[in-house]
Amino acid sequence: MHGMDTARGLLRFLTCGSVDDGKSTLIGRLLYDSKLIMEDTLATIEKDSRKHGTVGEEVDLALLVDGLEAERQQGITIDVAYRFFGTPKRSFIVADTPGHEQYTRNMATGASNSDLAIILADARKGVLTQTRRHTYICSLLGIRHVVLAVNKIDLVGFDEATFDRIVGDWATFASGLGFQTMVPIPVSARFGDNVTQRSGNTPWYRGPTLLGHLEAVDVEHGVEDKSFRFPVQWVNRPNLDFRGFSGSVASGRAAVGDAVVVAASGRTSHIARILGPDGDVDVCSAGDAVTICLADEVDVARGDVLAPLADRPELADQFAAHLLWMDEEAMLPGRQYLMRVGNLWTTASVTAIKHRVDVNTLEHAAAKKLDLNEIGFCNFSTAMRVPFDAYTENRQTGAFVLVDRLSNRTAGAGMISFGLRRATNIHQEEFLVDKRARAALDHQKPLVLWFTGLSGSGKSTVAKLVEQALYREGRHTYTLDGDNLRFGLNRDLGFTDQDRVENIRRVGEVAKLFVDAGVIVLCSFISPFRAERRMVREMMADGEFIEVFVDTPVEECIRRDPKGLYAKALRGAIQNFTGVSSPYEPPEQAEVHLHTVGRTPEQAAVEVLDHVRRLIAS
Amino acid sequence: MQSTTRAGPGVGASAGRLTPQLRRLEAEAIGILRETAAGFRNPVLLYSIGKDSSVVLHLAMKAFAPGKPPFPLMHIATGWDFRDMLEFRDRRVAELGLRLIVHSNPDGLARGINPLDHGSQVHMSVMGTEALKQGLDIHGFDAAIGGARRDEEKARAKERVFSHRTAGHTWEPRNQRPELWGLYNTRINQGEGMRVFPLSNWTEFDVWEYIAAENIPVVPLYFAAERPIVKRDGILIMRDDDRMKLRDGEQVERMWVRFRTMGDWPLTAAHESRAETLGQMLDELRESRVSERAGRLIDKDQEASMERKKREGYF
Repeated sequence: MHGMDTARGLLRFLTCGSVDDGKSTLIGRLLYDSKLIMEDTLATIEKDSRKHGTVGEEVDLALLVDGLEAERQQGITIDVAYRFFGTPKRSFIVADTPGHEQYTRNMATGASNSDLAIILADARKGVLTQTRRHTYICSLLGIRHVVLAVNKIDLVGFDEATFDRIVGDWATFASGLGFQTMVPIPVSARFGDNVTQRSGNTPWYRGPTLLGHLEAVDVEHGVEDKSFRFPVQWVNRPNLDFRGFSGSVASGRAAVGDAVVVAASGRTSHIARILGPDGDVDVCSAGDAVTICLADEVDVARGDVLAPLADRPELADQFAAHLLWMDEEAMLPGRQYLMRVGNLWTTASVTAIKHRVDVNTLEHAAAKKLDLNEIGFCNFSTAMRVPFDAYTENRQTGAFVLVDRLSNRTAGAGMISFGLRRATNIHQEEFLVDKRARAALDHQKPLVLWFTGLSGSGKSTVAKLVEQALYREGRHTYTLDGDNLRFGLNRDLGFTDQDRVENIRRVGEVAKLFVDAGVIVLCSFISPFRAERRMVREMMADGEFIEVFVDTPVEECIRRDPKGLYAKALRGAIQNFTGVSSPYEPPEQAEVHLHTVGRTPEQAAVEVLDHVRRLIAS
Repeated sequence: MQSTTRAGPGVGASAGRLTPQLRRLEAEAIGILRETAAGFRNPVLLYSIGKDSSVVLHLAMKAFAPGKPPFPLMHIATGWDFRDMLEFRDRRVAELGLRLIVHSNPDGLARGINPLDHGSQVHMSVMGTEALKQGLDIHGFDAAIGGARRDEEKARAKERVFSHRTAGHTWEPRNQRPELWGLYNTRINQGEGMRVFPLSNWTEFDVWEYIAAENIPVVPLYFAAERPIVKRDGILIMRDDDRMKLRDGEQVERMWVRFRTMGDWPLTAAHESRAETLGQMLDELRESRVSERAGRLIDKDQEASMERKKREGYF
């Protein structure tokens, strides 16, 4: 571990391409030819080759990397696998990523952590949709160095013209994508041509071997020369005498004595100490895990970013970004997600999809939602102001992930383009007569009673009884339901998932205005998704939102069917009908859970009223 | 028994100075440990006493300096750990002033489960996997830090750094969260857990080079010494106590051996070696054409056994 390797350091690269292009075989070949396969591993592979192998009597090198049982049987890599190998010149970490369309998210994962990509194409098939898709995703994720490995060149008789045609097709597509190096190499992973050894079968090829290129390529993109960015990960306060901010330097460098600013608050100080893994150091630079002590008692928390005074990140709560969707459940504008930017967690929603990118043609198309593996350019709104740099400037501070609030699945990956300036020009108006003052005039407590349940469950019936009773007690009330909103404010909305989300968002905003006016608002909406009910709950102050689950089994609703809708839905005459062709997600912790079967609407109303009266009295 | 626990001499100029690659791996691992402390309510470091655990512990001491790691250590004791390991464990924990939890499966102990009578599969399932789940549940740990590396085995190669576990501690290989840019998703629902692997991107060789450069204490069993050995089914087993009954024709021989991995002594194969120092051992490792896990008898039970064990909750 001296000399050359320290100059070039570690190279992280990924391999991507279409199914059966031979990615796993290529990595197996690199490991095999680098003499990194241990004897017992090889014995296992030889045994497995006879059982699962696809290349007859030879050792199937793909079996070295296709790890999981299921994919061994299917012969497809279904996940990202990381492999390690080294030569006297350099160490490598390889992300083996799948070509299967539904696993594009894993390819993006591999790309986000890599500096170079090997994109495979089958010499017999040329540039396919997947080849273009992967080339584009590599570019979008900021990879600047790509290799096009034209594999199975043996199966086209080592033909130069075929190679040139494929390279030409690819270059036409890829040349505008901002790559710094694009290196096409004709290879046979199965037989090893031009992988680690120059092949005698391709005398017309004068470029480097694949391994030769990987050993030599310079991917240092001057991350140390960029602006200093230090996302605070953890506040280290073991005792009263020490207060430090731990984290990994995202970019640039800083030294003891440098002036820094906390990006979000604008507070400034100087760096008093830097603690590296072995104690005090004078400077820290990109990639270092350090603890920074400031000269002044400045308020700093996890998620804050320290930056130079004269060179701060942008700060915005609205910005435009590319979003790659990775979840089975589609991304709907208006729906709230958790967002992680650096070490900051906040909530965010897409306010508009500017366009969807067709990854095959790079053309833009209109979209109302993003499905799994789709990429869109979107406007975002976040609950907090977020410090960031454009992703093209800084991969560390310009990236974010979105997490589903209920399942906690990692649902989207985003790359920020720019802040939307208007965000800084909208100021919340403060009024002297406020919600509390208006409610006090009425001697009441403003609330939202949110009735959710299937169509025909009895929501509106119970809500009406509750409202009548409250009115008799002198309370100011108002009812919002589908009938008085669908015909007016929301008449542009249908019943697709995204329209349902927008419908509820608008209802929530209207309910919030009524609450602000001091009124008790009764809302009866099927509101089938937990995420939207939670969204409305979070618009209100603590304790203002009362979720009433009108729990009537779908069989009972079908039996009642007061509007004849279930009959139609079951015939297929109504699309997206909740309980029949669209899901209903029951509340997990409703404030009031009404079982309606075997009870009168009046009995149910009393239960709601009991809850409300306790709240108003308290 | 050998008394040297410090890394031996013979590593030359690299001692105390890390290569750029090791510096990068060190920084990455420290970042992951801090993320675990920041992102979870009640994390724990699973301390298996092996070389990888020793490195994780060393990194944890660095990550939270000048304070101590804000989480305890937990050792899952199967009753068949090498005596040297237990002695080493207690000494290290005392030296560092850390809190150690030792958990064994009481039910398994009561039933007398052991690797010699019940076989490695039953033993590891009851005394390893079940005991681990119990330990996590009893203390309500929501994140468990371990020393597993992606280069160890094929099923590990696809493991995440932050690896989600369902409320039943199972691993669903088809339902793992994508990890982009090191923006780890540490969110879990009530009852669920996370396994955290700071050494994901290290190789066996990185681990030993780091141990050498940082002078990290490791269990003396990694170094060659004359030990009491029984040859059984072509494998060298160190007879650490007389619970292992000799079969007809078997005898205990004094042989120069060392171990490449740590585990329960009846399930861990020794190999003949004269590598008494770290330098000699690194030389031996460079020459080796056998993988690390070849010495682990538990991995050979059945094809893809690691994946199966991981799904069931094994580390």
